[in-house]
Amino acid sequence: MQADLQAHQRAHPDLLDCLWAYQNKHGYIRDEDVAECAAYRNLSKVELEGVISFYHFFHRKPAGRHIIYLNKSIVSEFSGFQRIKDAFERETGATFGGVDPSGLFGLFETACIGLSDQEPAALIDFHPFTNLTTLKVKHIIAELKQGASVEKICDEVADNIRYVPGDGRAFFLRDYFPGSAVAKLPGLTPEQVIELINRSKLSGRGGAFFPTGLKWGLCRQQESSPKYIVCNADEGEPGTFKDRVLMNTMPGLVLEGMITAGYAVGASVGIFYLRAEYAWMKDKLERAIEQFYRMNLLGLNALGIEGFNFDIRLQLGAGSYVIGEETAMLNSLEGKRGESRVKQFFPVERGYLNQPTVVNNVETLCAAARIMELGADYFLNLGLPESPGTKLISISGDCHLPGIYEIEWGMKLEELLNLCQAENPYFIQVSGPSGECVSMAEKDRVLSKDDLRCGGSLMVFSHHRDILQILINFADFFKEESCGVCTPCRAGNFIIRRKLEKVRLGLARQSDYDDIRQWGKIMELASRCGLGKMATNSLVKALSAFPEYFGQKIEGEEDRLNKEFNLERAIADYEKFKS
Amino acid sequence: MAKMVKIKIDGKELQAEEGKNLVEVAKANGIFIPSLCYYEHIDPPLGTCRVCTCEVNGKAVPACMQKAKQGMEVQINTQKLNDTRKAIVEMMFAEGNHFCPACEKSGDCDLQHMGYETGVSVTRFPHIFKDRLIDFNPKRMIIEHNRCVKCRRCIEEVLTSDGRQVFSFFNRGNETIVAIDYEQEARLTREQALHAMKICPTGAIMVRGASFGKPFGGRRFDMESVNPEDKNKTTAPKPQKAPKKGKAKKKIIATISLAGCFGCHMSMLDIDLEFVDIIDLVEFNKSPINDIKEFTQKCDIGLVEGGCCNTENIETLREFRKKCKTLVAVGECAIWGGLPAMRNLVPLEECLEEAYLNSMTTEPGEHVVPYHEDLPKILDKVYPINEIVEIDYFIPGCPPNAEHIWKAVKNILWGEQYSILYSEFKYD
Repeated sequence: MQADLQAHQRAHPDLLDCLWAYQNKHGYIRDEDVAECAAYRNLSKVELEGVISFYHFFHRKPAGRHIIYLNKSIVSEFSGFQRIKDAFERETGATFGGVDPSGLFGLFETACIGLSDQEPAALIDFHPFTNLTTLKVKHIIAELKQGASVEKICDEVADNIRYVPGDGRAFFLRDYFPGSAVAKLPGLTPEQVIELINRSKLSGRGGAFFPTGLKWGLCRQQESSPKYIVCNADEGEPGTFKDRVLMNTMPGLVLEGMITAGYAVGASVGIFYLRAEYAWMKDKLERAIEQFYRMNLLGLNALGIEGFNFDIRLQLGAGSYVIGEETAMLNSLEGKRGESRVKQFFPVERGYLNQPTVVNNVETLCAAARIMELGADYFLNLGLPESPGTKLISISGDCHLPGIYEIEWGMKLEELLNLCQAENPYFIQVSGPSGECVSMAEKDRVLSKDDLRCGGSLMVFSHHRDILQILINFADFFKEESCGVCTPCRAGNFIIRRKLEKVRLGLARQSDYDDIRQWGKIMELASRCGLGKMATNSLVKALSAFPEYFGQKIEGEEDRLNKEFNLERAIADYEKFKS
Repeated sequence: MAKMVKIKIDGKELQAEEGKNLVEVAKANGIFIPSLCYYEHIDPPLGTCRVCTCEVNGKAVPACMQKAKQGMEVQINTQKLNDTRKAIVEMMFAEGNHFCPACEKSGDCDLQHMGYETGVSVTRFPHIFKDRLIDFNPKRMIIEHNRCVKCRRCIEEVLTSDGRQVFSFFNRGNETIVAIDYEQEARLTREQALHAMKICPTGAIMVRGASFGKPFGGRRFDMESVNPEDKNKTTAPKPQKAPKKGKAKKKIIATISLAGCFGCHMSMLDIDLEFVDIIDLVEFNKSPINDIKEFTQKCDIGLVEGGCCNTENIETLREFRKKCKTLVAVGECAIWGGLPAMRNLVPLEECLEEAYLNSMTTEPGEHVVPYHEDLPKILDKVYPINEIVEIDYFIPGCPPNAEHIWKAVKNILWGEQYSILYSEFKYD
């Protein structure tokens, strides 16, 4: 109990906002800011530095008046990342990871920014710039040098909605009238709402497929109050951008999902955790929240339901993939390092500030809202009996029509690949780097809860792509995004990355592949959260799914010397002393 | 009195207090679960190191996070789980820079202890040799980042009297370190500082002037395993069958010291009189013991002391691989670089300049780092010998215990059964 109390005391829910204020004011967080903030909050400086250093969008050194973040995800890498990177360096005079001499531009690489359908893409002062070419970079930098406002010259992000089920079977992507979902709430008791969601068999769309109604019911049973609804709008899985489209096209729908959840579990506060990469949608979302207050869908006695007081506030993240994990998100909301929590309690028991909390992602909440609006039967009529409904899939990579596909569960992979006009598909990454890679031998697999589970990201790579380049990009991603708390993930991802280097040099033997499998298993068994557990999934799967590729890499000879050792390289340093 | 529940560990039914921590339950019942970050009174447990990974009702979880529940079924000693736990300990050795023979905490170190208990003689992972800081800035403490395993004990446990954190994680991923707040550290009492040093499972936190404790043999983890099962096993070594003298053909041994100090060779001589027996059964070929410089025939076994720091070492080692049927790495330097590998954290150029140009004993006017075609070339770092050639066996220690070396050799040559006493298996 004492520990709980301590944990509670150490929470600083407004800390991220406060750090953002410093960051935005000076372009970085200065020493005096740290001192001021620590003194004000009775924190030691080291604790505060610990928080700041966790988030990659916070800088402790001047980072330029315009901060440019170029996406380095694999889709970007294959669509000209290196060319664009060179162009930015050439035009700004800065090198990546630093600032140009005048201090005008700072250049940084960043993980996927949710614009995989329009790569290469970058954020400049958190405004989107898409489909970059070297010429476009030249123009952008020239204009910024002349003092143009980033807001004015940035790109309008296309939604790229490519497919919705016909015959009026669309579920998410159909006309939206604000308030039409929550309009059903006043006629229902909270229990009836949960019953409705239960009946619809809606399950979590982040990829874990946890039954949503069950989660809400468990939270409702908790006696402690207040309760919280957290909307997870931190879709950081590389290749995913479906939540971006949902929020951009109908920001109200997800809010209605939150209100529904709030009413069902008896919560009074909703927190919308928006990833910083989507900061350009912040105004739009906040306007939607304001509109909802005006419509009396939020606030005191919301929807005219006596005693139902529900507020929503928006929390901006600050750059970290692992925060997509729900307990890491709760820590982040409390102004802490976004490390996943030890699994002692479920968030529905003790979540945000140790209070019962429901964490749902954007798509789940939107689905809940649509079920309120259209009814459970409408939902149950779509898809498969065991995975009813539709699913939003973000498709990117080597296809002619990258974008959003709303499909009914039960579609075959091949059909989806045909829809997006995939070019000569070879390596298909389902659910992002932490998901599963499949070869065309598995083209008949069915997208569903029981077969090919897809969290929302589908990256298509054609025959001319190098599988190892893809896997190394993923390994780098995990190495950097590991929160660093548990050994298997922190050290394991680093070690695996080294092993891949050996494979890249063409020095791997069968025993190295056996090592990768064995080490992957260790990480899966022992890591603290999903990040480490899933980090080697694709790698291990690729070894067996693409034997023709990895077979070529095996070095056969058996003279019991270790080929990885390179004598010439090892003495290169010493050769400098040859006079 | 708390309610008692029935649980099963490795098929054995036990009574346990409901809600009691599984590590404690096992301990109370004479079952050892390796653990590292776990510290009885930190609640909730930290769950950072994952060394206590076991299976509860078929699911892999850290034991420290589990509470006794009626009907719970726990698997601890399966081959898979033992290997997973061992691998995690190995990961920590590969990730940090743990020079046991030069560490103040050696013998009292929980990480080292877990290495002994899980039987780590070499890590399956390549050593990272990352250059980490030793922070001398705090007033009272020294923070040795090379040794930190990020267990989080100090972060949770060490607070100033007004409740401020003294330690915190900093950065993330492989860059994560445990940073210290100099201002807050200065405000700790001496007792609080000593407590910080005590709870640190490795030698990462040291208090100036208080870091050396007890002599060899008297340290916490020197003599006996805490695993009750191991204790029984090792105090009664299996009887050894001595090979018949004079009948079989003599086995041929070669030995060499590469980048080592000859300490391992000195240790080989430590079997004293038994050497006379051994000489009846084996014959030495290339070895400093008899000063034979070149191989004259193929050997049954090669004992290699020391890592590889120059081209001559590489050549010699490759020659050994060619000429010896079985190759054994003897001692810490051969296994992963050992003390000479301390230079791996510093660029070669700086090392050589420090040694030949800027050192106190440099003759005035000397400004040359030796380089000649007749001299071996220095490698960029000291390499463990298994990064150069394949190695069949590893015998840890600095130096390894003489008994350990010969027991292992006899096992390899004649298949003799043997068991290593806990007190013979050391890294320092």
